Amino acid sequence: MTSLQIEIQLIASVVAIACALPGVFLVLRQMAMMSDAISHTVLLGIVIMFFLVGSLESPLLIVGATIMGVITVSLVEVLNRTKLVKQDAAIALVFPALFSVAVILISRFARGVHLDVDAVLLGELAFAPFDRLAFFGLDLPRALVVMGIVLAINITFIVLFFKELKLATFDSGLAAALGFSPALIHYGLMASVSITAVGAFDAVGSILVVALMVTPAAAAYLLTNDLKRMLWLSAVIGVISALGGYWMARWLDANIAGSMASITGLVFLIIFLGAPERGIIAVALRRSRQRWDFAQSMLTIHLLQHEGKPEAERESRSDHLVEHLRWLPDHAEKVIRYAERKGMIRRQSGQLLLTDAGRTLARQAMVH
Amino acid sequence: MDLLGLLHDLFFDYTLRTVALGVGVLGIVSGALGSFAMLRRQSLLGDAISHAALPGVVLAFMLTGSKSPIVLLLGAAVAGLVSTLIMIGINRYTRIKEDSALGIILSVFFGFGLLLLTFLQRNPDARQAGLNKFLFGQAATLLVEDVLVMSAFGGLALLLMLLFWKEFKLLTFDRDFGASLGYPMTLIEILVTILLVIAIVIGLQAVGVVLMSAMVVAPAAAARQWTNRLSLMVALASLFGALAGVSGALISSTGAGLSTGPVIVLCASAIVIISLLLAPNRGLLWHWLARLQNRRRLQTEQVLSNLYLLASQHAEPTYPHAAAALQVMGAKPESVLQSLKALAAEGFVQQAQNSHWALTPTGTQRAEQLVRQRNGA
Repeated sequence: MTSLQIEIQLIASVVAIACALPGVFLVLRQMAMMSDAISHTVLLGIVIMFFLVGSLESPLLIVGATIMGVITVSLVEVLNRTKLVKQDAAIALVFPALFSVAVILISRFARGVHLDVDAVLLGELAFAPFDRLAFFGLDLPRALVVMGIVLAINITFIVLFFKELKLATFDSGLAAALGFSPALIHYGLMASVSITAVGAFDAVGSILVVALMVTPAAAAYLLTNDLKRMLWLSAVIGVISALGGYWMARWLDANIAGSMASITGLVFLIIFLGAPERGIIAVALRRSRQRWDFAQSMLTIHLLQHEGKPEAERESRSDHLVEHLRWLPDHAEKVIRYAERKGMIRRQSGQLLLTDAGRTLARQAMVH
Repeated sequence: MDLLGLLHDLFFDYTLRTVALGVGVLGIVSGALGSFAMLRRQSLLGDAISHAALPGVVLAFMLTGSKSPIVLLLGAAVAGLVSTLIMIGINRYTRIKEDSALGIILSVFFGFGLLLLTFLQRNPDARQAGLNKFLFGQAATLLVEDVLVMSAFGGLALLLMLLFWKEFKLLTFDRDFGASLGYPMTLIEILVTILLVIAIVIGLQAVGVVLMSAMVVAPAAAARQWTNRLSLMVALASLFGALAGVSGALISSTGAGLSTGPVIVLCASAIVIISLLLAPNRGLLWHWLARLQNRRRLQTEQVLSNLYLLASQHAEPTYPHAAAALQVMGAKPESVLQSLKALAAEGFVQQAQNSHWALTPTGTQRAEQLVRQRNGA
């Protein structure tokens, strides 16, 4: 690998981790779409700041964009509080309007400046290493320095306020009662999302910001119930997607951001299907096992009821189940085989007899 | 350019007329179908579907090699529908909430579309010019053929909406009741989603992926403020959508560097702001005015009862008192004179000499009534 390739992968990984951390809280707080809104409106913050300071290099641009992200969130909340529109509609009203203003400002007053909408939306990571700056005597890509600082800010925020974030996320009422301000935590988180979005969209574009914030966190949510573990997992999934995405993009000679977003989707799909407890396959298997277990309990209870009674001979014939339990003959046969395999019953000259285990199961099932 | 010139161009300039017709149709369809989405709290579904349509457009082009609008629209529609179904699946079978499902679908589908698009771009055999339109929308490049396809699809969607009006209404307001009547509510839900997908994909070419969500939500949100009736709301939303589209097309035709999509969205946003402020009953302006009036009335009544309290210390109830004394008794001294003048206009008080005021007999009655009310309550 050339140093260029290593740098791109390094930038991609740092972006992925920086996005995944606040993303976990967005997913848990059901505010994932806020990342979509913020990642679009930071453009307006950048444009306004650009007009004020006259340079695209100034760090003030990031400040302006972060403020615009927080303004977006508060506008959504103001609209929501009028009770005239619901929250989802408020988001869908605010961010296209602000984004439109930004697009018009750019096309009308900033033609020819390197501030084009395609780049903002789509990003081009492949060019990121060519934009370099000296950082403490080291010659590093600008995106790496910027995202490294953003990552450091996010980690500091989460480590310092972990308890508060956790409490405000899972029980905001209790957080307020204990004297933590959920609103303060909320806006802190939104500021963190904004600064991440503005730092990242230069390199990877706003859509990938959404992909990297929401998808790894949602995938991690299917794997664990522990907040800390969820943070770790989503960072790992983010990095896997970043690296996998980079190599797929190289192989196909296509846009890196799009490729990374596709891989996050692929990783999510795999976890969605195969997660040990909450994956689709695990859920389907569990449901079908439960159905057979239930039928087996029914069968053993039925046999136990009639065991040793005069009618036992008639009741314990397999064809009688069809009549008594209203099972289809096929189904009855399957249940019998299932119970036989589990050692709950045995067949003896057309009769179904309970084993000791079967008797225990039936008694337990009846207690329930 | 003056307004008359603009109107002249609207009817006689071929390009502008085509564009205006196109975005007008788009506004009507997205306004009507967006109403259902907004009422069902699926405003952001439009955003997700419009992003998810991109890989459909690109794949349709890759498979057929054709750039005809009908093929691309079909591709977009299929991708939009598939994405919605996956979203419903994620929602139903895992504990992941709706917002995250939307975010995943939106970004992953769009990213995948981007991957395909750039992959295609680097392949010298297949120039993909024209597909970019779907990203940002270029209303100015709408052709008559595009407008015809948009109208055909949009008209079909509106027709189906009218045919299934009752079912859609049930789904929107009381899904469980509909199910208890034996309507196949899941099928109806899928149909309503298909129609929304159609409304969105016919708009992509004109306003682009990012701004299409505004065309779904803004006209509906504006219309909601003016009425509580679904039929009226849908009609109004169509009207607002068309208005935003046509005026956006007109405004952007006047200035260089004003791309149509963003201008249309800003027009729609302006309609929303006006509606939020001015709509009868729900409008914020009326609420503020009513609150202001209420506060004034309470202040005035307070001044009247204060004057009554002072007067009751004297033998005659019409004994005049200094306004300064009343100012000391209230929380807002600066508004006392204003209140006294309002009371004088109603004949409850009169000015005795320089800054002294006295109750009139009717004023005394009114004050007694107020005090009784207050004690009774």
